[in-house]
Amino acid sequence: MEELREKACRLRLQVLDMVCSKKGGHIGGDFSEMEILLQLYCREMNIDAARPDAPERDRFILSKGHSVEALYAVLADRGFFPAEELSCYLSFGGRLVGHPNNQVPGIEMNTGSLGHGLSLGVGMALAARLRGLGSRTYVLMGDGELAEGSVWEAAMAASHYGLDSLCATVDRNGLQISGSTEDVMRLEPLAERFRSFGWNAIEVPDGNDFAQLGAAYALARSTKGRPSVVIAHTVKGRGVSFMEGRAKWHHGVPAEAERLAAAGELEAAMRDGR
Amino acid sequence: MNKLRDANRAYGEKLAELGAELPELVVLDADLAACSKTAPFIGRFPGRHYNVGIQECNMVGVAAGMAACGKIPFVNSFGMFTAGRAYDQIRNAVVYPGLNVKIVGFYSGLSNGEDGPTHQCVEDLALMRAVPGMTVMCPCDANEAALMTEAAAKRQGPCFIRMGRGPVEAVTKFDGYSFEIGKGVVMRPGKDAAVIATGNMVATALKAAALLEAEGLDVRVIDMHTVKPIDRELVIAAARETGAIVTSEEHNILGGLGGAVAEVVGEEFPVPVLRHGMRDCFGKSGKHDDVLELFGLTESVLAGVVKKAVALKK
Ligand SMILES: [Mg+2]
Repeated sequence: MEELREKACRLRLQVLDMVCSKKGGHIGGDFSEMEILLQLYCREMNIDAARPDAPERDRFILSKGHSVEALYAVLADRGFFPAEELSCYLSFGGRLVGHPNNQVPGIEMNTGSLGHGLSLGVGMALAARLRGLGSRTYVLMGDGELAEGSVWEAAMAASHYGLDSLCATVDRNGLQISGSTEDVMRLEPLAERFRSFGWNAIEVPDGNDFAQLGAAYALARSTKGRPSVVIAHTVKGRGVSFMEGRAKWHHGVPAEAERLAAAGELEAAMRDGR
Repeated sequence: MNKLRDANRAYGEKLAELGAELPELVVLDADLAACSKTAPFIGRFPGRHYNVGIQECNMVGVAAGMAACGKIPFVNSFGMFTAGRAYDQIRNAVVYPGLNVKIVGFYSGLSNGEDGPTHQCVEDLALMRAVPGMTVMCPCDANEAALMTEAAAKRQGPCFIRMGRGPVEAVTKFDGYSFEIGKGVVMRPGKDAAVIATGNMVATALKAAALLEAEGLDVRVIDMHTVKPIDRELVIAAARETGAIVTSEEHNILGGLGGAVAEVVGEEFPVPVLRHGMRDCFGKSGKHDDVLELFGLTESVLAGVVKKAVALKK
């Protein structure tokens, strides 16, 4: 079986192709969240592309909807639609549009207006509880979107209802479109803030490391009576040296020379098993 | 005067009744269950009621998540805070994905009286009508409110229901009345002009028509409980058969019922359309009746508008 690390490189190459061929997308966040998505879709969640409507399935919401290219690549990899359809990303009239929508197999909710996802997750977790199902609900948020007040309304509600089946992840890459999150609107002490809202906050020092992510999700799963948030310290643009840690790659589109350089780095990493 | 009945109470009682029939139905309040009158539902189905506190945006998002898992959520707050504050969640998390969430806005129009303009939402119909594909309704009395609630619960898809406050006149208890989403009701026939009204202005329109009858004018009154999708056939028939239309609503004349009717008449059968309502202004703090009087939302002012429309007929 393909190693997850190898898969992460291969899917980053697909994302690079999608973004470069259509000259649009949010590659920096796609690359920072790639390991989180793969850990959830390959190791954590109870989902089956053959039974996408199974009531007992786990739910995933990409609250940072702009980083949808990575999700498309992961969903294709998991068999929700053919990988060839990735070439139709942003094709006029196609279904792989610039933000998630529930017409795409495997996508539960329409997101992109930031600050909505955690509320949606609270609703899904409550619905599962009403049904007596063991489904877990996973919500991936960007760090920039945590400035939205509705996130904290939902955070309050999730702990009020003791939703231990709800697990949020923050793609803590430290950057948003206009710069560093700490310069734009300070989030720290982020873990303390979640804890003060009644959450089990789990810091992951390297949020692009599968072993660390796996340990965090295991801890979240075993925590009862309150929701968990995995604060995954990732690197925006991870995997491509000149993109890493630079806000300009929030939605930058690589020029041809940059595309070749990026592809070269990703292919080398895949070869070397990095 | 007709008998008075609280439409909000009728809504709450109907929810409790529907709760037994529809196991997926859930109810969400944002600290204002005393206003939405959901107590009968809470009493019978406490495990299916959520008082999320004062966080309307989260409430709508939570409802969307529940609907995505097959629940039928009714979310309740003042119209100002559902249609107004949670607009983004309604648009992007409910209507765009086509989820089965019923948004209800209480104390709409001027009915929040002395709370003043911050709480008097005179633009909720316009906001909700502008959301692509949204169904927008407003009952004229308690009976219609109950029927509307049941129809909304049993129809797949999102909708907005605009509710007022306090007792309203019972006007729909007559032979031949029936409720169907998207089908306006002719409350009285007439050939000289037609008043198309929604909500509590239906009762006002009936009184205006009675005043005008004494002056020899035969005025049709239509209860347009569904503002969107509007009953185009009924509007066109009124334009063709009476030649003069007046709309009446406790709402801005922009974007609500007046806008909807003018759009249909302008496109299909142009005749004068005069819009009776709030003339693009905020309300004012005061007893509901005093505020209605101040802004001319009375039968006598409405009767005057009808006469003006008749005078404009070719
Ligand atoms: Mg970020």
